[in-house]
Amino acid sequence: MTTTLTPPPEQKQEDRKRVRRPRAARAGGTMHAGPIAYVILALFTIGSLFPLVWTAIAASRDNQRLAQTPPPFWFGSGLFDKLELAWTDANLGEAFVNTTFVAGVSAITIVVLSTIAGFAFAKLRFKGRQAMMLIVIGTMMVPPQLSVIPLYMMVAKLDWSDQLQAVILPSLVSAFGVFFMRQYLIQALPDEIIEAARMDGASSWRVIWHVVFPAARPAMAVLGMLMFVQTWNDFLWPFLVLTQNGNPTVQVAVAGLGRGYTPDQSLIMAGALLGTLPLLVVFAIFGKQIVGGIMQGAVKG
Amino acid sequence: MATRHDTAAPPTEEGGAAPGRPPKDGAPAALDKRRARLSRRWQRDMRWSPYAFVSPFFLLFLAFGLFPLIYTGWASLHQVELTAPTDMNWVGFRNYTRIFDDDFFWNAAQNTLTIGIISTVPQLLMAMGLAHILNYKLRASTFYRVAMLAPYATSIAAASLVFVLLFGRDYGMINWVLNQVGIDNIDWQNDKWPSQIAVSSIVIWRWTGYNALIYLAAMQAIPQDLYESAALDGANRWQQFFHVTLPSLRPTILFTVVVSTIGASQVFGEPLLFDANKGASGGSQHQFQTLGLYLYEQGWVNQHLGRASAIAWTMFLILIVIGIVNYVISRRLRASS
Repeated sequence: MTTTLTPPPEQKQEDRKRVRRPRAARAGGTMHAGPIAYVILALFTIGSLFPLVWTAIAASRDNQRLAQTPPPFWFGSGLFDKLELAWTDANLGEAFVNTTFVAGVSAITIVVLSTIAGFAFAKLRFKGRQAMMLIVIGTMMVPPQLSVIPLYMMVAKLDWSDQLQAVILPSLVSAFGVFFMRQYLIQALPDEIIEAARMDGASSWRVIWHVVFPAARPAMAVLGMLMFVQTWNDFLWPFLVLTQNGNPTVQVAVAGLGRGYTPDQSLIMAGALLGTLPLLVVFAIFGKQIVGGIMQGAVKG
Repeated sequence: MATRHDTAAPPTEEGGAAPGRPPKDGAPAALDKRRARLSRRWQRDMRWSPYAFVSPFFLLFLAFGLFPLIYTGWASLHQVELTAPTDMNWVGFRNYTRIFDDDFFWNAAQNTLTIGIISTVPQLLMAMGLAHILNYKLRASTFYRVAMLAPYATSIAAASLVFVLLFGRDYGMINWVLNQVGIDNIDWQNDKWPSQIAVSSIVIWRWTGYNALIYLAAMQAIPQDLYESAALDGANRWQQFFHVTLPSLRPTILFTVVVSTIGASQVFGEPLLFDANKGASGGSQHQFQTLGLYLYEQGWVNQHLGRASAIAWTMFLILIVIGIVNYVISRRLRASS
């Protein structure tokens, strides 16, 4: 990045054009952004973060203040009281334990199963591989809403309502995970390493344990985080099979907060904030890796 | 290749054979037998373990994806009550005729379409623009990317609840801002178009940053020399964007359109929570009731699971039609280029 091309003012029109060319050629990735770009970015950043910040502001005010114009722009003093009230009112402690368990078990299982299946699709030759991969991609197109009713009937038959396995089991089907790991392993795992392990007499399972898992570790971490976020935020299905008083996840508990004839808005905001905060903290810490992971999964999508 | 690979096969005992390799000494007959057994096991392993590796996914998919999908079709031909979901009475296609006669079904279908368009089109256009900007050399580029992904980390429930307040008619932030520029209070919940715009804005807010990152990834994968040769041909920045960037992104754009279409066809949590006191009706006049919400209302409020199944299958068929149209269009596009 040593060449900054600003043509000297005394150059003629013709020369200037020629100097400019290489500059235009870099438009695809290495060109510096102008002030307008920064303004647009700033607007979008504010737009992205403002509703989150305002959730905290609204949670720190009481209902009377929220029913006035202009709306509050800065924090009041009641934030921690409201958070505490929401915590006890919605039974959020239990909901957090439940959601962490559900999201954790789902994420880990999906990651392990997807890595193994993704490895088979990426590196092993077997009959029907192409067709099976097409089916996997096809299942990504089927909206989960379509299977909700029979699943609900299953849950009713098995007497699983209000029980966490009713949420965990259906969430384990992740075609995206298989696809994601396949894309990663195709380029990240050289065939020679597998060959070498085979030469040493390693069985397929040993190859998975000693070669595939170590090679896939970065992608596994990213997929795990994505799946954790997805399961944590899942709404429709938990909402149908879990109740607020049974065994709620955070989303179910938050959705039922402060209802009634005059809903307590600031209490609702406090609950919404508590339900979001853990993931925001994770994003603040691992943001770079998550961004990288999403972008990695996108290429060749 | 003369270097020793200490890590691959550490010298163990005398002889230094790697573990698992058949021993070199021993009677030739026994060795042969052993070799044969090993190679048979080896062949079995090579042949069948791929299937073992992919089977967990397919078993789970059968149990929680395919079977429910087909069973939904079966249930749609029956009368099933929510209170006794295992009692099914055959009614043929009556569930379908009932919903096709219901004005609220067509209302919901229309709302799903308009909310889908209002939420998807601006979202993808803005994502494209953002990706283009993020592709410049930026200071603190990671910060912008993470900040734009924050809505993606926010759940539908939390986002919808906040937007309800921001869109409040009397005391909401958005109406207050509009007041400052001389626009009267808008009833974001009860008027048809404002309510649909408000519901769509929740979707847009949550997904724009995510799609921008996907476009950005695809942009970064475009070979640099394409731009260089375009520049040599005298293309300016805009022409480069339209003649190099957009064509290269075509598969990615198609992918995001398909994913967003599927997402838009299922919008549920946002309209449910946008006016939670009205239950699942999607506003006092059903003005923002989507098909997903209508399905929920029929199944879980009116307790007709059979009718809800018929709605689900109708949605599925609509999606298949959209998929086919999409496929035809993309083939046309590919053929024309």
